Formats: sequence, structure tokens, C-alpha cells
Amino acid sequence: MISVENISFSYGQKRILEDITLSAGSGEIVGILGNNGAGKSTLITCINRIREPSSGEVLINGQAISGMKGRDIARLIAYVPQRSEAEALSVFDCILLGRKPYIRWNIAEEDINICERVMHKLGLEHLQLRNMDELSGGEQQKVMIARALVQEPAVLLLDEPTSSLDPRNQIETMSLIRKAAKEDGITVLIVLHDLNLALRFCDRLFFMKDGRGIRYCRADEVDGGTIRASYGVDADIATINGERFVMIRQEDIYGHE
Amino acid sequence: MGRSEERTYRSYILRKWLIIAAMLLALAAVSFLSLLAGSSSLTFADIFHSLTGQGSREQGIIIWNIRMPRIAAAIAVGAALSLSGCIMQCVLHNPLASSSTLGVSQGASFGAALALISIGAGTTAAPWLVTASAFAGGIATTIAMLVLSRLRISTPSSMILAGVAISSMFSGATTLIQYSADDTMVASIVYWTFGNLGRASWSEIAMIASASLLSFSFFMLNRWNYNAIGSGRHTAKSLGVNTGFLIPMSLALCALMTSVAVAFTGCISFIGLIAPHAVRKLVGNDFRFLIPGSAIAGAILLLASDIACRTAAAPIVLPVGALTSFIGAPIFLCLILRERRKA
Repeated sequence: MISVENISFSYGQKRILEDITLSAGSGEIVGILGNNGAGKSTLITCINRIREPSSGEVLINGQAISGMKGRDIARLIAYVPQRSEAEALSVFDCILLGRKPYIRWNIAEEDINICERVMHKLGLEHLQLRNMDELSGGEQQKVMIARALVQEPAVLLLDEPTSSLDPRNQIETMSLIRKAAKEDGITVLIVLHDLNLALRFCDRLFFMKDGRGIRYCRADEVDGGTIRASYGVDADIATINGERFVMIRQEDIYGHE
Repeated sequence: MGRSEERTYRSYILRKWLIIAAMLLALAAVSFLSLLAGSSSLTFADIFHSLTGQGSREQGIIIWNIRMPRIAAAIAVGAALSLSGCIMQCVLHNPLASSSTLGVSQGASFGAALALISIGAGTTAAPWLVTASAFAGGIATTIAMLVLSRLRISTPSSMILAGVAISSMFSGATTLIQYSADDTMVASIVYWTFGNLGRASWSEIAMIASASLLSFSFFMLNRWNYNAIGSGRHTAKSLGVNTGFLIPMSLALCALMTSVAVAFTGCISFIGLIAPHAVRKLVGNDFRFLIPGSAIAGAILLLASDIACRTAAAPIVLPVGALTSFIGAPIFLCLILRERRKA
């Protein structure tokens, strides 16, 4: 369980985040949505102290993380960035890196066992000795998620994990995240741009605009008004075969046919 | 997952350690070759007898006072320069980084030259004075580089351009202080800027080796942290790496190793750039292997260059710094072209 309480963040004089508050329970998936520059990625990086917030607190299972060492935070919160830079590492070594918060001098048998278990769960065994730069975008994203899972975190933060993936890989990646959340009870906070993926895979959605949270609701409560307030576009919510879809109505912002 | 996959990974790791072991054997072989090479022709038997204390006094002097210190200096300096290049490339996220391409060597050279000329250190004072002055020059350049790397405009190529600018500035400053020195001192400074392994005494070699060993231990202790930094600074922080301490501390140790090496053997360029890249081809970017591999490869490369310098125009001994620059510059250009293609 995570509680984000009144987080604010500034770059010099410029306020990027203002008084963000949200909470989520174990196994819950929260989509963080909003237009470019709304502060979504900054919020994610303030939660695990990659960036130091100017005020506010984050509590994991009731425990404040502000006084914790980086290693202890990394045992509680895992993070998947938009893009991996681990080009020349093998898949196994890249996943093993997720055990970094637990490694003292050398890796233990347990570390290897946990990596094997997660690789098996994600179907990555056949890639284990391949270099990261030999993998497709979808495979790389899976490895990044595997690395986060071997951290055995209570909270998983993902920054636009589907942005460079084709539809098939988007669905596969989101299914994988849902499986991890539900089976291991991990709370997931995920930055997404695709509203339909968010409606389909997230339990709750946190809408942001200009560094502020404007609405936090269940995915089935999202309406056109919320989308208009957050993105500045008109949208309808349609239900097809029992599933809800967002349909953007804005035809041409500049008035052309 | 079964035990077969684990065995596969274990054998993959074992293969990498075997490569490191093979490199160590190669270093031993090149060291032995270096004992044989020189203007005074010694045979395999002569060397064996001298090493076991049964050779003539003259042969003993050649081996223990001339060739052995030269080999030890090449190993210590080669390892120091290569290690610093390997770590700089990682923490600055710049494959073109090394102490010579970023101007750290030139900064250290200026510091050492200043000490040599202004206070006559190295001839009269303790060698640590030259080292301290070289370190001051090296660390000043490192701080400038660290500040530049934090600026958003910095790309690998622009950092190298900044290194060129800093190098030019220090070269100019070194020329200016030479201007005020006497002829003998100027000759010794010019000779020293060529880079020469024959100058270092056992006590100076011990200083270079101590700095290298201290840094090597620190780097090995942090090998997992460097792997994390290699995956991006945000990823490293999210894995619990204290980048705020590790990056400046690593760069300070790189500056220390470079400065000590430069203070006693002069400017030897490009070892720190080439050796880590060569090792990456063999063991990948895993710092568990890249750190020891780079140290050994740097030692082999400098030792082999030194053998070439001693034998190519024997009995004249060519300055090793000139040879490493001659070989290193084209490789450096290839790396720049590769980076441009990636971009």
C-alpha cells in the first residue's frame, strides 16, 4: 500500500508539482494520465526519491521513506524507465541488476534463483544470454519489468512502458504488469498516454494538469468531462462488447476539414 | 526453470573469468618478452640465472635495476590509465572519455611541470611534491569536466571538444612556465612530455602501484554500482546507488591515478581510451570483468608499446608516449565516427 501525501517539486522558481496526494492498495493498478508537461514522470521520480521533492511525504505500508537509505527504498519501490540503456549487458545480467539492493559483496544463490523464477514466469529463459541490444523493443520492455520484479518491491513505478511498442506488445506488456500486480500483490503506478489501455488495465486513474491532480477515480467512473479537463479535448466514452473505450471527438484544432 | 539454464549462466560467467585468466597469462608472457628485449642481449638462460640469483653481477644490474623497474612501471601506469578511462567512460556516460581526451592528463602535466620548474621538485624535493601538484592540476580539470557533464548541452562529442580546449589551455600554460625556466630544465620538461617509462624509480613505481591498487579495490567494491550506472543514472538511483557520492569519488580516484602516473612517467596518451574498448569486445560491459580486464589490458598494451619503442630503432629508445599517440589517434577517430553513426 502506498500513500503519496502533498508532494510538491520545483525546478528553481518553476513549480512542476503542486500538492499531489493519492493512495493505492496492494495489487491495485493506478494509471497516471495527463497531457505532455503535466508532471507525470516527475511525480513518478519524486515518489522513489530519484528527484528530491520540495515538500510532502511518501509512505509505503505506513512507513515514511524520506529518511531511508537509497538501498532500503529500492527494496520497497522498483522503477521501470521509458528506455533502457543497458545495451551491452546480457539479459540475465540485466535482470540480476534488480538484485542490486540486496547484493553486498557478491551475488548469492538466492539472487540467481529469484532471477530464474521471474524469467520463467515472463517466458524469458530462451533470451537469457542474449545481449540487450539484440532484443526487440517488446522483449527489452519485458526484461526491464523482470528486473523490477526481482527487486521484490511493494510498489512498482512504470514510466510510459508502452509508448514505443506495437499494439500486440502493448497488450502483452500491460497483461504482464496486471499479472504481477494481482499475483504478487504489488501496487502499480503507471504513466500512460493511451487512454484505452488505461481504461482496460487500470483499476483507478489519476488525472493531472499543470502539475496538479485534478481527479482520482475508478476506471469505470471516467467520463468525457474529466478527459476534457485534463487534455483539453472533447471525448465520448463508448461501450463495445462490454468494454469501455474513449473516442476523441475533436476534429481539427485549427479548423480545417 | 531447471538446473540446465543455471549451468548455462554459470558457464557463461566462467568463460568470462577464463578470458581474464588468459589475459593475465598474456601479461606474464609480454613481461618476459620485455625482460629479453633491450640493447644488451640477454638469453633466456641469463634471465633465469639472474632471477634465481645465480647470474653475473652485471646481468643482475641490467635485470633488477633497468628492465624490471621498466616492466613494473609499464604495468602500474598502463593499469592506472586504463582503469581511469574505463571508469570515466562509465560515470560520464561517454565512450570517448579518458584522462587524455578530457584533458586530465594535460592538467596533471601542467601541475607537475609547475612543481618541477618553480620549486625544482623532483630533483631536490620529495617526489610527493610533484605528485601533489600534478593531482591539483588533474583534479581541477576533473571538476571542470564534472560541471560540464551536468550541463544539459553536453554530448559525448562536445565534452571531447571541451577536453581539447582545456588541453590547449594547459599546454599553453606549460609553455609559458617553460619560458621562464633555464635550458636544462626546459630540455628535461620537453623530454618528460614525451612520456617515458625508464625514468621511474622503485619508490615512484610503488606510489603509482599504491594509487592504482587503492582505486582498483574501490572500483571492484562498486562493480555492481557501475553496472547500474551503465543502465542510466535514474535507473542507478532507483536501484539504491548513491550517485551523488560515487560519481565524484570515482572521478577523483581517476584523477589521482592519472596524476601519479603523469608525474613520474610523463604524458602517455590513449591507453585509457583504447584498452577498455578492446576489453569490452571480449567480456562485454559487465564491470565485474571490465574492471580487472581493463587493468590487465592497459598493462599489456603499454608494455607491448614499450617493447616496440625499445626494439624498433635499437639502441635508440623511442618515447612510448609518442607511439601510443601515433596508434591511438586513428582508433580515437574511428570511435568518434562510430558515435556519430549511433547518433
